[in-house]
Amino acid sequence: MLPFNFEWVWDMGHYVFHGGLWYALTVIGLGMSYCVIKAVIDTSKGKGAGHH
Amino acid sequence: MDSALIPDGVRRCPLWKFLLGLSVAGAVLLWGVYAMLLCWVKGLNQTNMNDYYGFALWIWADLAVIALGGGAFFTGLLKYVIGKDELKNIINYAVLIGFICYSSALLILAIDVGQPLRSWFIFWHANVHSMLTEVAFCLSCYFAVLTIEYIPLVLENRQLDKVPFFHNLSHNMHSAMAVFAATGAFLSFFHQGSLGGVAGVLFGRPFAFREHILIWPYTFFLFTWSAAAYGPSFTLFITWLTEKITHKKLVKDNVVFLLAKISGWMILTYIAAKSVDTLYWMFQTAPAQGLQWHFFYQNNAFYGKWILFTEIILCGWLPALILVYRPLRERASWRVTAFVLGIIGVSLNRWVMVLQTMAVPVMPFDEWVLYIPSWQEVATTILPVAYGVILIMISYRYLPIFPQEKELNPITIPNGQEPELTTDPQDLAVKTMAVSNSVEEVAAT
Repeated sequence: MLPFNFEWVWDMGHYVFHGGLWYALTVIGLGMSYCVIKAVIDTSKGKGAGHH
Repeated sequence: MDSALIPDGVRRCPLWKFLLGLSVAGAVLLWGVYAMLLCWVKGLNQTNMNDYYGFALWIWADLAVIALGGGAFFTGLLKYVIGKDELKNIINYAVLIGFICYSSALLILAIDVGQPLRSWFIFWHANVHSMLTEVAFCLSCYFAVLTIEYIPLVLENRQLDKVPFFHNLSHNMHSAMAVFAATGAFLSFFHQGSLGGVAGVLFGRPFAFREHILIWPYTFFLFTWSAAAYGPSFTLFITWLTEKITHKKLVKDNVVFLLAKISGWMILTYIAAKSVDTLYWMFQTAPAQGLQWHFFYQNNAFYGKWILFTEIILCGWLPALILVYRPLRERASWRVTAFVLGIIGVSLNRWVMVLQTMAVPVMPFDEWVLYIPSWQEVATTILPVAYGVILIMISYRYLPIFPQEKELNPITIPNGQEPELTTDPQDLAVKTMAVSNSVEEVAAT
């Protein structure tokens, strides 16, 4: 799964499979990080309070 | 008692009734959990699987729920990427159904693997020559995406939404949803396809083997296409079922007609491609391997030619034509019939591509063995259904799943009469005005 794993080989199969996996995980991770960090900033600015 | 948690402006059944329903579904769930524990503690000897049915009821259920859950990625793609904005009124439910389907698939796999504590091996010790590794990667990632799509809905609960951080988080996640939806579509394309590809590359199984485009057999594309085609039909069928159970109109007809039309055209194009694929296999691929296609449908008590007719004609062409032809699509009875036929069709396709593929004899000494699942297999397959019912019940009660529900079902007429269900905007406007006038009168007195 990771280059320092003893089974890792630098070949096309690993590039494609793990490249796809890490690409998807990166998009999901960055997307969620953006949402959470922005929510923290928005909340600290008082946004969203008293909307009811 | 729990009225503070129920969304504003909608009516729900009394708590006791809700808990009674939950306990019935919970009892079925417990039965399934008991069977699951038996499989984990005692092993796969609890099943009726054998050398001919190494892929059995569980894998069929797995593939079927993944196909039926395809409504989530395809509706998400239509709404967030292609821009079919009307679908915002059904996307929440599509996501919920997708979430249930995919979590069920993972649960079934956890039972089938037999040693769930080692599930992480597939990531750490990945076999990069296996399509199923790609399926595992995409399935896990897509489940994460579905969870991300479901979270904002949970955060919109009346009480949770009062917390500013949750409100902001939900708002931000909605804003970024196009990115998640596009990622979900990318992941779905590959895992749906690879599930089909697994069958198509089996050159030792001439019943399933298909010609290729580059490294991908035709079954790769047919599986993805069928999930995108039949998934929305399943979403619409569950929506219809929910409306019948709740005695409410929850989604406006124009939304239902639009998604049904898209599903119909997708099924039509899919089944045309599937028919060509089947004919090519019958008269080209199978003969090239020295076999006649009807060989695969004889000398056994179950897998006859009827299965081919049912899958392609009865549960393929027929629902496609019903959904494409507007007068039939707009009649509920025909539309729902088409949904049911479609659901049976895609489930039958998965059965054929997994179980029949493995069961067809390929060696002179092989026999056509039939398979009847054990009660443990049946119980563990029904387990996700009970889980799904429970999650839908809880989500429907406490979360604003259907944005049009309030408008379609105005409540609180002072004389206590239930308003009639209607979708006519003029009728709705009159009734809403009558309600507000009555409320004003009551307030004045």
